[in-house]
Amino acid sequence: MVKNILRSRGNLSRAERSRKFWDSFMYWCFSLCGLSAIAAVCGIAAYMVLAGTPAINEIGLFHFLLGSRWEPTAPQPAFGVLPMILTSVAGTALSVLASVLVGTLTAVFLEELAPNRLRQAAQATAALMAGLPSVVYGLVGATLLVPLVGKAENALFRGSSSHIFTGGANLLSASILLTVMILPTAIQVGGISLRAVPRELREASLALGADRTETAFKVLIPAARPGIVTGAVLGTGRAMGEAMAVMMVSGNAVNFPLPFHSVRFLTTGIVTEMGYSSGLHRKALFSIGLALFVWILATDLILEALVQREGGGQSA
Amino acid sequence: MKPYRLAAAVVAFALLIGCRQGSLEQTAVALSGSSSMEEVVRALGEGFMERNANIIISPQFGGSSQGIRDVADGKADIGNISRELTDEEKKDLDGVTIALDGIAIIVHPDNRVAGLTLRQLADIYTGKVRNWDQVGGADLPIVAIGRDAASGTRTSFEALLGVSGQCLYGQEKDSSGGIKIAVEAAPGAVGYVSLEAAKADSRTKKIALEGVEASEKTIRDGDYPLARPLLMVVPKGEPLPMAAQAFLDYVLSQEGQEVIRSQSLVPVRR
Repeated sequence: MVKNILRSRGNLSRAERSRKFWDSFMYWCFSLCGLSAIAAVCGIAAYMVLAGTPAINEIGLFHFLLGSRWEPTAPQPAFGVLPMILTSVAGTALSVLASVLVGTLTAVFLEELAPNRLRQAAQATAALMAGLPSVVYGLVGATLLVPLVGKAENALFRGSSSHIFTGGANLLSASILLTVMILPTAIQVGGISLRAVPRELREASLALGADRTETAFKVLIPAARPGIVTGAVLGTGRAMGEAMAVMMVSGNAVNFPLPFHSVRFLTTGIVTEMGYSSGLHRKALFSIGLALFVWILATDLILEALVQREGGGQSA
Repeated sequence: MKPYRLAAAVVAFALLIGCRQGSLEQTAVALSGSSSMEEVVRALGEGFMERNANIIISPQFGGSSQGIRDVADGKADIGNISRELTDEEKKDLDGVTIALDGIAIIVHPDNRVAGLTLRQLADIYTGKVRNWDQVGGADLPIVAIGRDAASGTRTSFEALLGVSGQCLYGQEKDSSGGIKIAVEAAPGAVGYVSLEAAKADSRTKKIALEGVEASEKTIRDGDYPLARPLLMVVPKGEPLPMAAQAFLDYVLSQEGQEVIRSQSLVPVRR
């Protein structure tokens, strides 16, 4: 009996020791995983700064960010990325606004008004569209969307002697394509945040005599706002980083962003010229990468703060 | 035992040194000249060095005029020149045409225009002409499509047409394939690609310039206006270093000419 107790006590302490060992082992394992993620981000940031600054030093920050001419191979080369920065801002803003607007309204319709079967079909389609590779969007855009926009452009600028005709490959096409690409995310996130609105809010509104449309616009959408803003953040990320699809429909000449201008985004600027560039030109492409990196980081932080504030307002 | 080891070590060391000196005895061929020949010269250099491990091809690309100066000064063995030599230059230099650079103009298959003059083409790309009805076609806005600024084809095209840096592009594409797809998609489009790319399967239509169709024959005969010879020049009357001569022979050989064709240029030997 005593022997048994002693043995069991010994077993217990051994099991405990081994559990403690595994505990601390796994603790370090997970810490290492977490640290490697941070290290990757820091490594990329450090590399972007190291690779991107020499050209900026050589060109001058002012000439680089605010120069309006991008002529990297001219006898007197110019490396101004302002048109590309503005194009990225305009294209992203247009497409995020449009997709959040359409996406939220679609989500309201699907959640509140649509028959069950239609809602399920639409949600399945949205999930499928969110997973399509961007090149597929680019191909469809280049073969269907661009000729249509081209026809509109020809009709609009008929006889113009100052408009450079793009055949439909311009900022408008790129923005429409980006809108379609972000739309599924906006619908999905909008739907999730509408579903998360407490039932009591909806019931109270209906009980007070509001109809379903009033309830949707005056109660549900305001209550779901943090979720909708999150959707916008996700969409912004995808729109800013997209290169492949945009390149196939944007025309790709460096111009200031007007709807029917052939334009080049920051991302496509890098992709287009990476193949042949050399010397300062190549370094300048890394600087574009740095500009894009800084800008995405800044946008992320600002939108994050916005979401935090929205969330705080919600709970208060 | 030990002295033997020492002797062995000394011998091994000597052999190592010998090897190093052997590899140092590589000869270099210095090339200097046109930046628009950079891609083809690098490809030829790689192909040549694969067969001749003891010869290093070291090219520089400061421009055709730089190439002529460097050959004249003896700084380079061979000059790469992307234009005809002047009579003045011919007094001191011998030029060998290694390839021809021809650029074809393509339009949408439905376009009725069969040909343009160089003047009309320049006007289209500089934005003076913006509708096909101004050059004998249907009433349709012209979409001028070209390559990105880093492209050698764009540099050649603008230089041959005399419009360097003045072109207003409706679309810029990063490859010949991209231009062909864009031209197929836009009814009013016009684009330029190397002859080799225009021949490859495509629904686009090649149009004549100054009444001459672009083909290997018209380019070789010098009839097609949007073409230029690519030359390698050497000093006149001096025997060429053996390594440089071997490189020139390789460039003009069947294999070298295949490399040239693979770089979308017209070879001088069939």
